[in-house]
Amino acid sequence: MISAQQVVDAALAEAKRLGKADETIVLVTDRADASLRWANNSMTTNGESVTRHTTVISIVRRGEQAHVGSVRSSEVDPATIPDLVGKSQAAALAAPQARDAAPLVSGDGAPEDWDDPVPGTGAEVFGEVASALAARGFRGADQLFGFARHEVETTFLASSNGLRRRYTQPTGSVEINGKRDGASAWVGTSTADFDDVPVDSMLEQLSTRLGWAQRSVELPPGRYETILPPSAVSDLLIYLWWTMEGRAAQEGRTALSAPGGGTRVGERLTELPLTLYSDPFADRLACTPFAAASRSTETVSVFDNGLDIARVDWIRDGVINALAYPRAAAAEFGAPVTVSADNLLMTGGTASLADMVASTERGLLLTTLWYIREVDPAVLLLTGLTRDGVYLIEDGRVTAAVNNFRFNESPLDLLTRATEAGAADYTLPREWGDYVTRVRMPPLRIPDFHMSSVSQAQ
Amino acid sequence: MPHYGRGVTAQRQVDSDFLELPRRELADAALSAAKAAGASHADLRIHAITTETVQMRDGALESAVVNREIGLAVRVIVDGTWGFASHAELHPDVAAATARRAVRVAQTLKPLNAERIELAPEPVYPDATWVSDYRIDPFEVGSADKIEVLGEYSGRLLAADGVDHVSAGLNAVKEQTFYADTFGSSITQQRVRIMPVLQAVTVDAAAGTFDTMRTLAPPTARGWEVLAGDDVWNWSDELAQIPTLLAEKVKAPSVTPRPTDLVIDPTNLWLTIHESIGHATEYDRAIGYEAAYAGTSFATPDKLGKMRYGSPVMNVTADRTVEYGLATVGYDDEGVAAQSWDLVRDGIFVGYQLDRVFAPRLGVARSNGCSYADSPHHVPIQRMANVSLQPGTEDLTTDDLIARVEDGIYIVGDKSWSIDMQRYNFQFTGQRFFRIRNGRLDGQLRDVAYQATTTDFWGSMEAVGGPSTWRLGGAFNCGKAQPGQVAAVSHGCPSALFRGVNVLNTQTEAGR
Repeated sequence: MISAQQVVDAALAEAKRLGKADETIVLVTDRADASLRWANNSMTTNGESVTRHTTVISIVRRGEQAHVGSVRSSEVDPATIPDLVGKSQAAALAAPQARDAAPLVSGDGAPEDWDDPVPGTGAEVFGEVASALAARGFRGADQLFGFARHEVETTFLASSNGLRRRYTQPTGSVEINGKRDGASAWVGTSTADFDDVPVDSMLEQLSTRLGWAQRSVELPPGRYETILPPSAVSDLLIYLWWTMEGRAAQEGRTALSAPGGGTRVGERLTELPLTLYSDPFADRLACTPFAAASRSTETVSVFDNGLDIARVDWIRDGVINALAYPRAAAAEFGAPVTVSADNLLMTGGTASLADMVASTERGLLLTTLWYIREVDPAVLLLTGLTRDGVYLIEDGRVTAAVNNFRFNESPLDLLTRATEAGAADYTLPREWGDYVTRVRMPPLRIPDFHMSSVSQAQ
Repeated sequence: MPHYGRGVTAQRQVDSDFLELPRRELADAALSAAKAAGASHADLRIHAITTETVQMRDGALESAVVNREIGLAVRVIVDGTWGFASHAELHPDVAAATARRAVRVAQTLKPLNAERIELAPEPVYPDATWVSDYRIDPFEVGSADKIEVLGEYSGRLLAADGVDHVSAGLNAVKEQTFYADTFGSSITQQRVRIMPVLQAVTVDAAAGTFDTMRTLAPPTARGWEVLAGDDVWNWSDELAQIPTLLAEKVKAPSVTPRPTDLVIDPTNLWLTIHESIGHATEYDRAIGYEAAYAGTSFATPDKLGKMRYGSPVMNVTADRTVEYGLATVGYDDEGVAAQSWDLVRDGIFVGYQLDRVFAPRLGVARSNGCSYADSPHHVPIQRMANVSLQPGTEDLTTDDLIARVEDGIYIVGDKSWSIDMQRYNFQFTGQRFFRIRNGRLDGQLRDVAYQATTTDFWGSMEAVGGPSTWRLGGAFNCGKAQPGQVAAVSHGCPSALFRGVNVLNTQTEAGR
């Protein structure tokens, strides 16, 4: 297998030789994956993989108009590169004009690490996790289920005008589900390199939560004072983040569209000093600091490939502050160019989750949320389930486990009604963890969280 | 009973570029290396997935991308433990090295494996070939032609009063596999599927709100013929009707939440079947293999053959054979031939979906062929067959069912869906809700969701429509497993009548 850098050079050279496109962007991602999965205290499906994806984006300019062809392949035989480039150029020649046309991002040559070898990963990265599971987890009385994964993906971005960018993105997570006497609990964490996974303390936390379920209480549907822990908050706010599309809001198609036209940017949601943001240089959550897209959407444009990504405050001190705009959409609507990094953080207060429980007279403490889906996009009403631990708080301490519920809530409304935010912490989204692992969120206190019905699920 | 919708006749050949891959050399290299390294069983899968996605907004192109994914996967059993490895490079040396990596994974994890893997026997299929039935290969139609059709369809909607925006999307897939195992099977397959969607949006700028209505054309294992004219789907009628239906919906009264009699159209009911029957009857879920992620099931093995799942008119089959079914194949990803079987018979839970590992765990002699991996880089797992509700023996029409309802709702088209991790509590919405008064439709309602517990819901099914109402719905994006895998699956069903289902008002649920 030739190197990714050689693929970049070969594709650009072939594009120049064929000469049917005015500009060419090449994206090559080399990725190594390893995963462990277990159920009923036994390993189940585990493996390793090595993949490469090459995207050739051809741009044909006709006056002010631009036409794009994008072809992507995981074939690694260098003999397939001419065909890939040829198909990309043919697609661009046949395509109608792109609505997001913009000049390409200029480049000033390759970064110092351009020619460095591509790092990988393998099952050996799980050594300590597997050892801890073997020593404590699988031999215990509880039934354990779970998953650990590690991905290392290196992206090479190059264009015919000299742009060269490279970034290696490690992504990892560990989640453990424990079951005891019909009760179920969950812990999870994200990690970049598996040097910092506290399996022993995760198992202790799991055991504590399963212990809380020794007493159980049945509660009916209704509105309850509820403490949402960071994982649950993240799953709700990730959905909000995904709907922060500038064009859609400007055109009246989202819950962030304003009555009378325009958007809700500038509207105060809460008096709490909450700032929701993305930042490629966030501590422990660093991620790709430039745009790298194989296709255009309402939030990214292939013309913006290579564009520096800066911190974006989506909500600043409780006020809706920004929506996503690629350069062309920003120019069309007179809005600032806003491209999101692949992480989401929210500031919070100072109280720990334990402090918030201690200051609760009667309420519910959730663990995670599941099967979150949009019911009404006009108000961003979401439905979903509580999962793996709903606990009753009485007089400042957890006294029992409660049945699960189906909820119907809008994250916009929840931010408006939240009465307290605790200290932000790194967390793993349960529902959206397949897509988003770099998250830091505070717990939130909602005085009247709407539990629409009871779920019999354990 | 006979299963409605059976029968696939392959009329095509596997594409030459896939046949020209060094399939035998790769298989020989991988399987011999695995055996030499200590594997008691090994299988090789060469998997190519070509996808074309086109997305348009208001008739303008947003993106059009062709993606080809290809690689090889080796799965081994070493001393009763699974090992898996994959690689992007299709070279015999790489295939052999990948097999040795898979063996190493199994050896490393053996001390943590408490459940010894055994595979159910299956006849050997040497040199088998299977191709799905489609008329026009979507990858022989240029992107520009696809964009032109979607643009023209978008234009019809945009030209109508009250339609402010239109999104149009197309997803076409060709999936090719070569499977070989140490039992001696070697199977080459090719299948095609396509999913078109158009959605109209009407905006009330003054109020800062909007509403939508989407086409009902289901994803299907057919080719470009789905979009090329009205032969397969009547686009002319539907695109002409949507603006009027959307305008009526916006002005419709908001529903009163209460227990309500429902006639549910196949365009909506397929998704309820998927979530509350399809996933609930997956054996791997029932015994905990998905407990940390997709969830488990209330339909546990101790209830097999005993539990009442629904009313006596409920008969549900699983199959990998139905014509144009998205989960229809000749053989699964463990070399098991496609089959058809019962999951629910006369309302009683009688069957599971299985692969070659889970069949012996359940005490069944043969797998029913539900193994699938969505990528050369993912391990095959038990995935869903086409799970379908059978029509009634009496050929009741949808109008016949509506005529039985004094005060209720006829629900058409799917939209929002959610179900809990044991498949008890669900909530669905839809595209169109028509009020039923005295046995007739009487305008639309809005803000409708229905919420129920699975067995209560299916127990309330009073009647099913006849074969004339049976339609195949489905999805491209059924998610399961970690690392996450997606699978395409179809669900056939007739219209059906349900009594006293809990209907919610979504505005009330939102606190408005």
